[in-house]
Amino acid sequence: MAATIALEGVVKRYPGAVTTAVDGISLDIAAGEFFALLGPSGCGKTTLLRMLAGFERPDQGRIRIDGQDMQDVPPYARPVNMMFQSYALFPHMTVFDNVAFGLRQAKRPNDEIAARTTAMLDLVKLGALGKRKPGQLSGGEKQRVALARALVNEPKLLLLDEPLTALDRKLREETRFELVRIQQRVGITFLMVTHDQEEAMSMATRIAVMDKGRISQLGAPDEVYERPANRFVAGFLGSINLFEAQVRATAPGVLMLESAEANAPLSVADPRDLAMGTPITLAIRPEKIALGTQRDPQWVNALTGIVHGVAYRGEASDVEVALASGKIVRVTAANRDRRVGNALTVGQKVFLGWPREAATVLAS
Amino acid sequence: MSNRLSPFLAVMMALGFAFLYGPIASVIVYSFNASRLVTVWAGFSVRWYGELFANEQIMRAALTSFEIALMSATGALILGTATGFVLSRYRRFIGRYFFGALVTGPLVMPEVITGLSLLLLFVAMEQLFGWPRGRGISTIVIAHITLGMAYVSVVIEARLSAFDRSLEEAALDLGARPWKVFAVITLPLIAPALVAGWLLAFTLSFDDLVIASFTTGPSATTLPMVIFSSVRLGLSPQINALATILLVVVAAFILISARLVARTRRSAGS
Amino acid sequence: MNTLTRGDRWRRRAVIWLPYGWLLLFFLVPCLIVLKISLADQAMGIPPYTPLIADGQIQASIANYQFLTSDSLYFFAYGNALLFSAGATLGCLLIGYPLAYGIVRAPLAWRNALLLLVILPFWSSFLIRVYAWVGLLKGNGLVNNFLINIGLIHEPLALINNAFAVYVGLIYSYLPYMVLPLYATLEKLDPALLEAASDLGCRPAQAFWRVTFPLSWPGVVAGSLLVFIPMCGEFIIPDLLGGPDNLMIGKVLWDEFFNNRDWPVASAVAVVMLVLLVVPMGFLRRFLTSDRA
Repeated sequence: MAATIALEGVVKRYPGAVTTAVDGISLDIAAGEFFALLGPSGCGKTTLLRMLAGFERPDQGRIRIDGQDMQDVPPYARPVNMMFQSYALFPHMTVFDNVAFGLRQAKRPNDEIAARTTAMLDLVKLGALGKRKPGQLSGGEKQRVALARALVNEPKLLLLDEPLTALDRKLREETRFELVRIQQRVGITFLMVTHDQEEAMSMATRIAVMDKGRISQLGAPDEVYERPANRFVAGFLGSINLFEAQVRATAPGVLMLESAEANAPLSVADPRDLAMGTPITLAIRPEKIALGTQRDPQWVNALTGIVHGVAYRGEASDVEVALASGKIVRVTAANRDRRVGNALTVGQKVFLGWPREAATVLAS
Repeated sequence: MSNRLSPFLAVMMALGFAFLYGPIASVIVYSFNASRLVTVWAGFSVRWYGELFANEQIMRAALTSFEIALMSATGALILGTATGFVLSRYRRFIGRYFFGALVTGPLVMPEVITGLSLLLLFVAMEQLFGWPRGRGISTIVIAHITLGMAYVSVVIEARLSAFDRSLEEAALDLGARPWKVFAVITLPLIAPALVAGWLLAFTLSFDDLVIASFTTGPSATTLPMVIFSSVRLGLSPQINALATILLVVVAAFILISARLVARTRRSAGS
Repeated sequence: MNTLTRGDRWRRRAVIWLPYGWLLLFFLVPCLIVLKISLADQAMGIPPYTPLIADGQIQASIANYQFLTSDSLYFFAYGNALLFSAGATLGCLLIGYPLAYGIVRAPLAWRNALLLLVILPFWSSFLIRVYAWVGLLKGNGLVNNFLINIGLIHEPLALINNAFAVYVGLIYSYLPYMVLPLYATLEKLDPALLEAASDLGCRPAQAFWRVTFPLSWPGVVAGSLLVFIPMCGEFIIPDLLGGPDNLMIGKVLWDEFFNNRDWPVASAVAVVMLVLLVVPMGFLRRFLTSDRA
């Protein structure tokens, strides 16, 4: 896999800051990938993006694009373009002039500029709005102008800084599909920065989850979600229930556990052969737990508790269940039938269960 | 806030505006007085305007003031824009803190001290280098640029701080070099602030009596100096006429620049 | 921006050092020269002061400063300047606050126009605004004529060349400088705060004193400093509107320089004035630059 973008031990410290913004990140991104940097604010993802664009300079490490060292290449000479979070459309220029800006800077011939700009405006379905000023556009239209303005230059890498945050919820969901389609059409490598896990998982082919300037986990969306490497990743991508437990016995491919919090024997599918008494953390997502008013004899992991709280969300309900140990377990139960008037009431006794494959063991 | 003025506030405002505009109105009204006595109404006349334009001393001084204001406003605009740009864009360079302190100096310094200190500098420079040879228009211009640039820099810096940095970054990212970014993106977008800053510097210079009195020599007499010495001798209806003209010109300037600012605020409003 | 070519770096340096150099040469150095000359003696000739270094020796003397303390005129003029300025600052506040508050509470469509009306006189000639008051206040001026015509008085009142005229001139000339910062802070005040206060049982007047006024304090301080400092150095107003008893230090400096041609004493007067004003000037500087941080 020929990496177009290579980060080698990149470090960035801001003067006066206590923490290191980017703390030794190495990463290869292949040509044509849709890559996402995901993390909470302050995790260093935006700094990393700005270093790729050339607005910040790494204190240590190297950034290479197609093998070429970018250390001393200023932003205006990099084969990289960026879609800004605020879109940064030039308010005194028309949509057409905004999109044509980069080509004009590159001193392309006029007819080529006209042709490529028009084609790009058509691609983002803004062909009719070329003469408008940014002030006369809706949020979604501005977003597409910003995308067109960056893409028209055919960069080797397109950086997207929180591309959907400024849009309202409904538009955001439609735009996700649109962005992926455009990316596949133009075949340019996309690198997106976002704090929204749903956005990252729904669009990216690979995700790097960042925390405190480092990459916490790197992988495909389902890998990162289903097999979180640690507590941070597990907690950042959706909600999760954690049980502190010790290994009681091992069978091939299965760990038998005991947990004071769970008040019941647990087992989980895991290939490792861990010594008896090894402390581990068992993680299980709320939607993978079955909830019933009666105990299902087929459940391998079965717990009993009482309903502590119910939040009705329409397509599903979030239920908090208190175990005898005091531990609160969160369960998401799909609302499959149209029964009005929820059957669950606070204080009611319920049974929880999940198969061995549903849970995962966290390394730390 | 409920948009209703209490009677108390309304009365206070009316009194406040009357206080601001009453004296100005009296100057304007009595500029059209037929009598030489500035304070006794004797019928409508425009004769003082005629005499004003025939008054060579005043006309010469007005021209001198205009020339000085034109040069100092332009110089103040260039240096003040650079200052505003440095303060809002260059976060780190040696002596930045001191620079920030220095810029506000002329703003907070009483005029008499600014005037005196600049005069003493010019005298010392003449002694040491033989320049400036005597004092006049050029020394006033230098003094006014120093004062004006501080004001311009405040206007420009305020505008640049409100300016979305990512616009400049976007231009850089799209291949424009820093100098080009400044010319194609920054300058057009802060143009109203540039106009406002220039007008401010022009007015400061055109209006200044104290600093100009210190830094001038026998060769240059500005309009405020002529007005001042004439007022010291007593009131003159010619000065009323002159004041009226100045007020009208200033009001026109202000209204134009206010509209300019309003318009760009609308077009940049995102 | 760290990744710059050499040409860009040179331009950057020029952009910094052109204004920096200008201010060093035409602001800092002159201040130092004032300090230096305040330590020299008056002399006949051009320039009319003795050199600081003569015959290889530093000829500094504090004689000028001793002179300032020996003549009560200076003490009186400094005191007057501070007193007049403090009183006129208070006057500006009393007139300016309702004005600014009224503009903020005026209908949105009026607000900019009203604000413009406040700014307009501030752009017009300072000298002419003072001149207007001479015409209004003098013995046969408009105010006296009016009062005599309506029969309220028979003899003209002494309205000019006294402390009253100086106060009026100072307040009138500096009022816009007070209104603008007050307006700026009052405008930023979240209307929901007043609604919350009213919701919690505050009457409008109470809400003003317990919420609005405390929150507008930065504007009050900024406006007060903005008018107080230049007032202290004021020359035109005491000269045209004040009488012989209303000397302010700015006028003393002027006379010392232009009439007595005593440059060293004028410099010493300036240095002492700066020392008196350095604390308020420092505060004002902080206010002018507080948005920058």
